[in-house]
Amino acid sequence: MNGTSPPAIRATDLYKSWGDVHALKGVSFETPAGTVLGLLGPNGAGKTTAVRILTTLLKPDRGTAEVLGVDVTREPMRTRASIGLAGQYAAVDENLTARENLRLVGRLTHIPLDETLRRADALLERFALADASHRLVRTFSGGMRRRLDLAAALVHEPPVLFLDEPTTGLDPQGRTELWAFIEELVGAGTTLLLTTQYLEEADRLADRIIVIDHGNVIAEGTAAQLKARLGATVIEVAFDDHENAKRAAAELGRVGELALDGKEVRVSVADGGPAMLETVRILDAEHLNPRTMALREPTLDDVFLTLTGHAAEEAREEVSS
Amino acid sequence: MSASTVTLAPPNPALTRLARPHVVGDALTIAWRNLLNIRRNPQLLVFATIQPVIFVLMFRYVFGGAIHVTGVSYVDYLMPGIFVQTVVFGSLTTGVGLAEDLQKGLVDRFRSLPMARSAVLVGRTLADLVRNLFVVILMCVVGLLVGWSPSGSLPEIVAGVGLVLGFAYSLSWLFAIVGLSVRDSETAQAASFPILAPLVFASSAFVPISSMPGWLQAFANHQPVSAVVNAVRSLTLGGATVSHVFTAVAWIVGIVAICAPIAVSRYRRAV
Repeated sequence: MNGTSPPAIRATDLYKSWGDVHALKGVSFETPAGTVLGLLGPNGAGKTTAVRILTTLLKPDRGTAEVLGVDVTREPMRTRASIGLAGQYAAVDENLTARENLRLVGRLTHIPLDETLRRADALLERFALADASHRLVRTFSGGMRRRLDLAAALVHEPPVLFLDEPTTGLDPQGRTELWAFIEELVGAGTTLLLTTQYLEEADRLADRIIVIDHGNVIAEGTAAQLKARLGATVIEVAFDDHENAKRAAAELGRVGELALDGKEVRVSVADGGPAMLETVRILDAEHLNPRTMALREPTLDDVFLTLTGHAAEEAREEVSS
Repeated sequence: MSASTVTLAPPNPALTRLARPHVVGDALTIAWRNLLNIRRNPQLLVFATIQPVIFVLMFRYVFGGAIHVTGVSYVDYLMPGIFVQTVVFGSLTTGVGLAEDLQKGLVDRFRSLPMARSAVLVGRTLADLVRNLFVVILMCVVGLLVGWSPSGSLPEIVAGVGLVLGFAYSLSWLFAIVGLSVRDSETAQAASFPILAPLVFASSAFVPISSMPGWLQAFANHQPVSAVVNAVRSLTLGGATVSHVFTAVAWIVGIVAICAPIAVSRYRRAV
């Protein structure tokens, strides 16, 4: 970051609680203009709370939030003029057409009508919705709604964009499509804060990643840096039952950094070949027969497991059950 | 893909220009949006009018014979009560609609835009006012078909309709508070009915209050539905009394004055 201009987004020591539920426990992060910051964490980690504070929807109990150098709680109106927000639930009016939805947002951001319609048509074209622009949104697929929701966040051409789990609930094709649109957008210079529980998504889109769990920042860096914390390679050993996986985990800690995920044991190592040999020898000596064994490059899933002691997937299930 | 040839304009440097809320313009924009919603769901409007039509037929032909009001035919007595009952039950759609907007995240979108804080509520209550105007005119036609013959002058009848609409508008603000408090549309509907039923039925809308037990008369004589019904009745039957109209207007103004600020402050804090 350069010394003259403030970061596009800056959160300093944010706290937010509801009774005994502590959503944020002193979270700080910042990102320079024109970059993509990924907030990565499972459901309930505090990502959405952070976004709601930065987008003026929620006041923090403590700490400050700034967008383009403007304190969001002191000057919410100025902040709102420079941000766009697209959320987990496509916040578009089902009973309006796609074009009417964009017109609504344009009017509410006080852009002249002709300019609003010009931008609306350009955005509909850009998000491959031109053919559906006069259809009621209630006839749209989930992917189309998300694209319209993203378009609605862009009508007033905000320099800073917040996307709260933009692809949650989309099928793989819809997700890949939306990623392409987001990549194009940040290519044009928009600053983006993206929350996600998909490690692949953060890896693909974000310049820097903040890992949040239980209201705390537990790691930050580029995707490459986070992966590097795990060494170069991951050995994956899967068993038929939890019992054998536990027994193997007790022994394999000697080989490298260890993570136990259900019936699977993952060991992060610097040198794959010799470590694999050693793993095989240990398992053989203990008479442990794995179902599968694999050697692979680390993913952000491994990062998460190592940092939090639980998998992002697991945490998600806990919350939803 | 072909869409990628369109490029996004560079960040707008004059964004502060957008940061000034337009209290009137924003409210009208939201009203436009809500009226489009009504037009796109005509079945809701149809169902909203079927119920009062059934009430008209039921009270006119089923209960009407058993209810005796001295000095006036029952249908002329009934219609002002039907008008008020219709808009009172209709007013809970304000709350239901707001709860739905909250549920679907639309309120989040609106609150993240540089628009006036009051606009979502003012716009919705205005749209509901237009909707009520339509419904009341329809009920007038239904009334005329079943033999309603108002003896008041045209200005008196128009004033009566105006009071009905004003009352509906004030109740929209009351139910806006309900909608913003419960945050899901089914609960908003369920929470509203227990407020509405006693107000509508323990009132002068369908039967003379003098036919009720004493303890109930005390309530029925001092509540807004009776006040508005009495005023509209005096206007449509001719020989309006100023005191009735004054009491009704006082209730309407009072309800708006109390409920509107509470609703706006709830909207600001809604999460």
